[in-house]
Amino acid sequence: MNNKKKDTEEVRLMKGNEAIAHAAIRCGCDGYFGYPITPQSEIMETLMELEPWNTTGMVVLQAESETASINMVYGGAGCGKKSMTSSSSPGVSLMQEGISYLAGAELPAVIVNVMRGGPGLGTIQPSQADYFQTVKGGGHGDYKMITLAPASVQEMADHTVMAFDLAFKYLTPVMILADGVIGQMMEKVVLPPFQPRLTEEEIKIKCPWATLGKPANRKPNYIYSLQLEAEEMEDLNLRLQSRYRTIEKNEVLFEEFDCEDAEYLIVAFGTSARVCQKAVEMARAQGIKAGLLRPITLFPFPTEQISHYANQTKGMLTVEMSAGQMVEDVRLAVNGRVPVEFYGRMGGIVPSPDDVFEALKKLIVK
Amino acid sequence: MTTNDIINPANLVYAKPSVLNDVPMHYCPGCTHGVIHKLIGEIIGEMGFQEKTIGIAPVGCAVFAYKYLDIDWQQAAHGRAPALATAVKRLLPDRLVFTYQGDGDLAAIGTAETIHACNRGENIAIIFINNGIYGMTGGQMAPTTLHGMKSSTSPNGRTVPLNGYPLDITKLLAQLDGTCYVTRQSAHTVASVRKTKKAIQKAFENSMLGKGTSIVEVVSTCNSGWKLSPADSNTWMVENMFPAYPLGDLKDI
Repeated sequence: MNNKKKDTEEVRLMKGNEAIAHAAIRCGCDGYFGYPITPQSEIMETLMELEPWNTTGMVVLQAESETASINMVYGGAGCGKKSMTSSSSPGVSLMQEGISYLAGAELPAVIVNVMRGGPGLGTIQPSQADYFQTVKGGGHGDYKMITLAPASVQEMADHTVMAFDLAFKYLTPVMILADGVIGQMMEKVVLPPFQPRLTEEEIKIKCPWATLGKPANRKPNYIYSLQLEAEEMEDLNLRLQSRYRTIEKNEVLFEEFDCEDAEYLIVAFGTSARVCQKAVEMARAQGIKAGLLRPITLFPFPTEQISHYANQTKGMLTVEMSAGQMVEDVRLAVNGRVPVEFYGRMGGIVPSPDDVFEALKKLIVK
Repeated sequence: MTTNDIINPANLVYAKPSVLNDVPMHYCPGCTHGVIHKLIGEIIGEMGFQEKTIGIAPVGCAVFAYKYLDIDWQQAAHGRAPALATAVKRLLPDRLVFTYQGDGDLAAIGTAETIHACNRGENIAIIFINNGIYGMTGGQMAPTTLHGMKSSTSPNGRTVPLNGYPLDITKLLAQLDGTCYVTRQSAHTVASVRKTKKAIQKAFENSMLGKGTSIVEVVSTCNSGWKLSPADSNTWMVENMFPAYPLGDLKDI
């Protein structure tokens, strides 16, 4: 198979997981470190098949565990290299230590979580039950992680590029929070254009903190997150919090369907949002003025936009493939002004548009 | 010879290695870490590798190693130094990449990362300080703690039914096809310090030649954790640690 020829074609049909692999190579990723777990193994499988070390020079390595993977990402990121890993829920739980260290050391990195049902070993079916783990912490300490929630194969590719840009802009780990549906389904996708990997000279300018070896004319660079003095540790925390406020101000992304005149607003992300879009169409066909707001960034959360709709709507319904996690953030944004109800399925079940439409009528429209 | 003669730079026969920073170390008096830091500084300077070296510091007493050697450093999560080193070396193959780890870091929490980095034959050097105890956290039992040896978590001495056996991880690593040089040294006499220096230099050279993973274990003292004077610690190490962890090359190819 001539992969090079394939890559020059504009529109391709592929799985979400495959799109991430292609997009990583194309956006100049330097290193991928991963460990197999369903439903995301195609990311590493695709990379190994494409052998980017022969073309762009990108390193791809199968590690002995997710713990090792995330720490390899830390090592690569510390050198100013575009480094990433991917996993699914149980594996991402294992990575939480490393993610906290990345946040503490102010390192740019991209982590993909193609979520499956939990808790425990759970199921290999799709889920969105890692929302809390991703946007509320997961690892120890006060940190936040920019979180992108793709809802299509196209966004799997686009978010890979965007995630690296944001990670380096804010020196923070960035999570692409997908689910088993988005990872496994095949759709049309236009892959991003090829960007060359940064040269070491370019990294030295862009990341003066990177550990590339200490020339005589500069002080040594240290990548670390240890501060024995509480005052210094608080300084780091204040710096991080100030950065998170900037991120909240500048980087909120969301998409709206039929929201302009909506009396009832559904809030959903990822696969749930696709289901809800259909439910909104069903509601509109019956004369119910429903709309859908789809957060694309989960942190920063579109709090302002949801708050805005609290002034216009009679009620909101949050739909998730979980027991109800994002609904807490929707309720915080609404602050009691209109009822916010929840509908969800757990353990790997994807709700149908009929289910959502019925829930909308029963819980909100009444 | 007058004092002025002695301090005349032309008469200097010994100096602090330029790669070693001129700062007080936090290590206890009598600790082995300082000697090994100095050796690493000397070797990097003599090899002319200051601009090409990236050190990976552990969690443990050597967590602050980056303060003492004038090179670029990354400080790893507990036990994960070989994973960091793997990525750094693969992304920067012409650099000298070494980890500096204690026995708790390398042989307990980081066992998987250690074994798999060695088994992949990563072209890195691992400097392994084995003092049979967790020093930084206050003298708890390590995987390498000897039979009968007292620690704060084995106050009546380590026993097999409760704690299992002391782990000779270096012997285990020598069995792996990815390792090219596995040696166990000490730093309690002038002669042993010189041998350890040669061993570390060889490990660094191996990694630049792409021969695979090199491990230099240094059987060390922790007089604070052992509750002994520095001199008594050395005697105790010779009498008790050396029989369990005999010195010499375990592998050299």
